[in-house]
Amino acid sequence: MFMRNAEYLAILAAGLFFLASTNSYTQTPNLGMPIDEQDIAAWDIDILPDGTGLPLGQGTAGEGKIIYEQKCAVCHGVNGEGGISPALAGGDPLSNGIDTGKTIGNFWPYATTIFDYTRRAMPWFAPRTLTDNEVYSLTAYLLVLNDIISDEVVMNANTLPEVRMPNRDGFIVRFPERTP
Amino acid sequence: MNKKDSTRVWKGLGPAAENGLFDRRAFFKGGSVLAAAMTGYTIAKPLQAQTLSDDPWSGSAGTPSGPYEARSRFENDVVRTMTNPNGEPRSQQSRTPHHMLDGTFTPNGLHFVISRSGSPDIDPEQHRLVIHGLVKQPLVFTLESLMRYPMVSRMHFVECGGNSAPMWSPEPLDADVQGLHGYVSCAEWSGVMLSTLLEEAGIDPTAKWLIAEGSDSLALHRSIPLSKALDDAMIALYQNGEKLMPGNGYPMRLLVPGWEGNMNVKWLRRIELLDQPAMSIYEARTYAPILPGGKAYQFYFLQEVKSFITRPSPGLSMNGQGLYEISGVAYSANGRISKVLVSADGGQTWAEAALQEPVLSKAFTRFRIPWQWDGSPAVLQSRAWDEAGHVQPTRSEIVAARGEASRVPSLNGFPSQHYNGPTSWQIDQAGEVKHVYA
Ligand code: HEC
Repeated sequence: MFMRNAEYLAILAAGLFFLASTNSYTQTPNLGMPIDEQDIAAWDIDILPDGTGLPLGQGTAGEGKIIYEQKCAVCHGVNGEGGISPALAGGDPLSNGIDTGKTIGNFWPYATTIFDYTRRAMPWFAPRTLTDNEVYSLTAYLLVLNDIISDEVVMNANTLPEVRMPNRDGFIVRFPERTP
Repeated sequence: MNKKDSTRVWKGLGPAAENGLFDRRAFFKGGSVLAAAMTGYTIAKPLQAQTLSDDPWSGSAGTPSGPYEARSRFENDVVRTMTNPNGEPRSQQSRTPHHMLDGTFTPNGLHFVISRSGSPDIDPEQHRLVIHGLVKQPLVFTLESLMRYPMVSRMHFVECGGNSAPMWSPEPLDADVQGLHGYVSCAEWSGVMLSTLLEEAGIDPTAKWLIAEGSDSLALHRSIPLSKALDDAMIALYQNGEKLMPGNGYPMRLLVPGWEGNMNVKWLRRIELLDQPAMSIYEARTYAPILPGGKAYQFYFLQEVKSFITRPSPGLSMNGQGLYEISGVAYSANGRISKVLVSADGGQTWAEAALQEPVLSKAFTRFRIPWQWDGSPAVLQSRAWDEAGHVQPTRSEIVAARGEASRVPSLNGFPSQHYNGPTSWQIDQAGEVKHVYA
């Protein structure tokens, strides 16, 4: 902050030189504070399609149904048919029209997205209050409601990424040249 | 320009396309000459002006200005329209009233906002931004520390991927430009280039994507190619010179110029570098438009070239025949607007509009063209080109490629996304303006 003039001018000159030659700053104040990944854990909640990020724990549709009826049905309908909030099950074939309602069953390409979104965003008024076992159970229940897995299948970090979603191959990358 | 030159220009001035469109230079070289230079029409006789007397508001000292200027009380109807005014548990969309604005920047109070679960009330001193994942050293930044970084200011539009969605309706909805195209706005954003912070953390060579995540209740996150992040993405702190509005991400948002609004993550708190996209609900489900036949587009990042006329437009009816200026906005994720054509006969003949300088990349460009309305029915349209050579498709072209909704949607519905075809305004003999397909 309080440097001598000569020092200041030298830095300024260096900065201007870079501006002129590369039109971008290379000098930054370097004020990012190092942090360990374990200190980010509470925020690091994304689940990737290959299962990276899935926590320990497990659940089944039977357990999920009980939680669903308590915490979700009021908005999404008793059987996921939709209510004041979007439908979570069912859905028409996508060939019915460009405005076909999207559901987990007819559209979602990855089951990991169900876990990710439910854990980060639901239930609406109390996001990130479900335990990991509850999220596995709800995910299993939503997959059963959509006839994608059967009742007894246990969802955990190994089985969930293996679930083959019906519309997995239904996509065309719009801008391949911009998509790594 | 000297007098001799301008005389030459005015001698040559004539209609540039059918139904009253004039050369785009007409207004700029001197409006009064225009009337004399044109033939074959009558101007409605101006009303006789009244005798002037001192105004009631001039008789005493006015109201002292306050600490934060409020607009004139006569402008209080210039407002956004909202889709969820009572704050029910679902998203709220506020649309920009383009027909009430001019120029290229949207005032902060009128910038469109789509907020899925409301704006969090963030204390800027407590807020943190973390960068981690495939980096050499995970880092945390405070707002105070970001304020010491080299900053840039850039004019950019932000457009929701679902803007103009009512245009997918098989029949034209009876709506105004705010209802049809209100989910796009343009502002000057100032902040720190994301590349600066990523370089400080040290990018692992295996990183290809990043996710940006907000601190809203839904912890909204989107996957963004690292190449875009390094190209022109910014951590925006200021909007039109003042700190971001809460609805636009206070105290910091990601700006990915020209790309889908939802990717410009607001209330930004976390960036994680990855070797794959996260397939968040928004890329996996919401912003993946279904195509005729049932496949869907994925990673529809760019908001492609588009334009629409803001004046005249529904709600701004014509006030008798005579000379008007047609004005609107054009923009593209692929750089600068290079040309805008305007038609007054439903797309049969076209005239080139003047582009308001400066024409900036991935920003609103205002276009204007003089128009002599002869009082007969007309259909106004605009079509824009960008510097990369992309042209706004015609309605039949975009419908052929992308289809139409199977039923007429509500104005608040999103039957599909990424409509960038033209918009047609029909003017009837009474001067009323209506949305039509032409
Ligand atoms: C107060 C109402 C409410 C409750 C209770 C609620 N949700 Fe939701 N949910 C919503 C809303 C609103 C959306 C749409 C959010 C959006 O579009 O941004 C949504 C979206 C979803 C989605 C994504 C659906 C789609 O296709 O877009 C899933 C999955 C979901 N909720 C699961 C759950 C589960 C599981 C529970 C119970 C733990 C739950 N929700 C409880 C309101 C609710």
